Amino acid sequence: MAISKEEVLHVAKLSKLRFSDSELDEMTKHLGKVTDMMANLSQVDTTDVPFTSSVTEETNVFREDIAIKGESRDELFSNVPETQDGYIKVPAIMDNGEAGA
Amino acid sequence: MTELQQLTVKQLSDALNKKELSSQEIVKSGFDYIKETEPTIDAFITLSEEKALAEAKKIDDSPRSELTPLAGIPIGIKDNIVTKDVLTTAASKMLYNFNPIYSATAVEKLESAGLVSMGKLNMDEFAMGSSTETSYFKKTKNAWDQTKVPGGSSGGSAASVAAGQVPASLGSDTGGSIRQPASFNGIVGMKPTYGRVSRYGLIAFSSSLDQIGPMTRTVEDNAMILNAISGHDAKDSTSSRRDTPDFTNLIGQDIKDMKIGVPKEFMGEGVHPDIRHAVKEAVKTFEALGATVDEVSLPNAVYGVEVYYIIASSEASSNLQRFDGIRYGYRSENISNLEDVYVNSRSEGFGSEVKRRIMLGTFSLSAGFYDAYFRKAGQVRTLIVNDFKKVFENYDLILGPVSPTVAFEFGAAQDDPITAYMRDILTIPVNLAGLPGMSVPGGFSEGLPIGIQLIGNHFDEEKMYQAAYAFEQATDFHKKQPVILGGKA
Repeated sequence: MAISKEEVLHVAKLSKLRFSDSELDEMTKHLGKVTDMMANLSQVDTTDVPFTSSVTEETNVFREDIAIKGESRDELFSNVPETQDGYIKVPAIMDNGEAGA
Repeated sequence: MTELQQLTVKQLSDALNKKELSSQEIVKSGFDYIKETEPTIDAFITLSEEKALAEAKKIDDSPRSELTPLAGIPIGIKDNIVTKDVLTTAASKMLYNFNPIYSATAVEKLESAGLVSMGKLNMDEFAMGSSTETSYFKKTKNAWDQTKVPGGSSGGSAASVAAGQVPASLGSDTGGSIRQPASFNGIVGMKPTYGRVSRYGLIAFSSSLDQIGPMTRTVEDNAMILNAISGHDAKDSTSSRRDTPDFTNLIGQDIKDMKIGVPKEFMGEGVHPDIRHAVKEAVKTFEALGATVDEVSLPNAVYGVEVYYIIASSEASSNLQRFDGIRYGYRSENISNLEDVYVNSRSEGFGSEVKRRIMLGTFSLSAGFYDAYFRKAGQVRTLIVNDFKKVFENYDLILGPVSPTVAFEFGAAQDDPITAYMRDILTIPVNLAGLPGMSVPGGFSEGLPIGIQLIGNHFDEEKMYQAAYAFEQATDFHKKQPVILGGKA
């Protein structure tokens, strides 16, 4: 199945990834090849075959509704790239409207 | 000096318990040897020497009667398994500076059994690949021939064990990532039943397929390490509540009356003749040991690769959304708004194979394609699961090759991703069905190791170890060592 550059651009947007023109060409070619390979599955008759998402024997795993102490805030912040006044710092999202959202 | 490095987990354990060796001697000698061999093998991303020596001292200072038989034995950890206060990178620029504040359950269990972690082992980035060439940091070399890949994605875990840097390591297996590198490096690699080992703290690639497992030089060592890491974990909702047996229980018992099936689909033209020959010889060995071996069929296994790439990539696209440059990991400096934080951090932080899989996964899950791809893959997965169920109604184990080829040249996996993906065709169906699978040394082709794959029914690892041990004792493939560890060229 041929995939267009526009479709690849759309998927890239959904994936929060950006590609250069040459990367985009390579990705379009690659996704086209892989989806051609995936087309083999259309040969398989799956009428009334149930869907398997996981093979685990566990279902509906719940824990007691008891409050437990969480991780230390200081420790959690130890990997944050940029902080200020005890908060995670990110660029402003309001200054440039939709573009920053 | 490679004498200590040639000892197995069992031999080290015996020597420690008889006080012939101290843990500090073993660990010190291990680091000396790692430093000597790293320029050749490149298996480690991070060494934790200070921490390991402190732990070894603590063990030596404790009364041996209060310790487990594994206390004081070194082990290496694949770098997608998080370790408190030790860098965990998943071999990605995205996590180049990530210092976890907790340890994976498997690591906690190893530590409570007294095993000493020597450091973190190289892998394909986020466990995506079959050659360890997609690592952001380095290319690990095959222990037998440094011009060949070590396999992947647990290439560092396999090469380090085969080269004698550590007697055991942990790997993870999503589509064959323990078994294929074990096969390429001539060691024993076990992917346990899905749910046998907690995935808590394993950096998620494909949550319905990933499983942590041990890599060792012998079958008995492997069972000993699986004993240490198995068991229910409330922190992983897919963790099994079954009791954990002692996986060494059946080791040494004969395998008379065992019924083994060899799928005809695993012995096709695509498999190198030397590898088919090794499997046929393994069949003869098992028959000589009293087992019955028949040809069986897994008709839908041939669709395993397609199903795997849709399911694994879809789950990866979802799991890898957490890497957004906000709370941890790489954040691009080239940003002017919040969208840039996400898009630029992800675009600069992920390597090309990871991006390919995120794209494929997002595509498979997107509106208009979901039914043809993701839903269809989930249905064909059911057919593959049913094929295995049918075989296990009449057979104890399934036997076959691990990989269609032995270790290949660097660069060969990168040229054509589809060919690279097809290399996992013999291991993937096992993950799709959540079954346990292992690779045991079963031959050589032009000096490179060949692995034989044993597949068991769910939670039947004991029987797999029984059969694998019987095979190991009846053959001498595991006795041959690579030159780096003292073997002859």
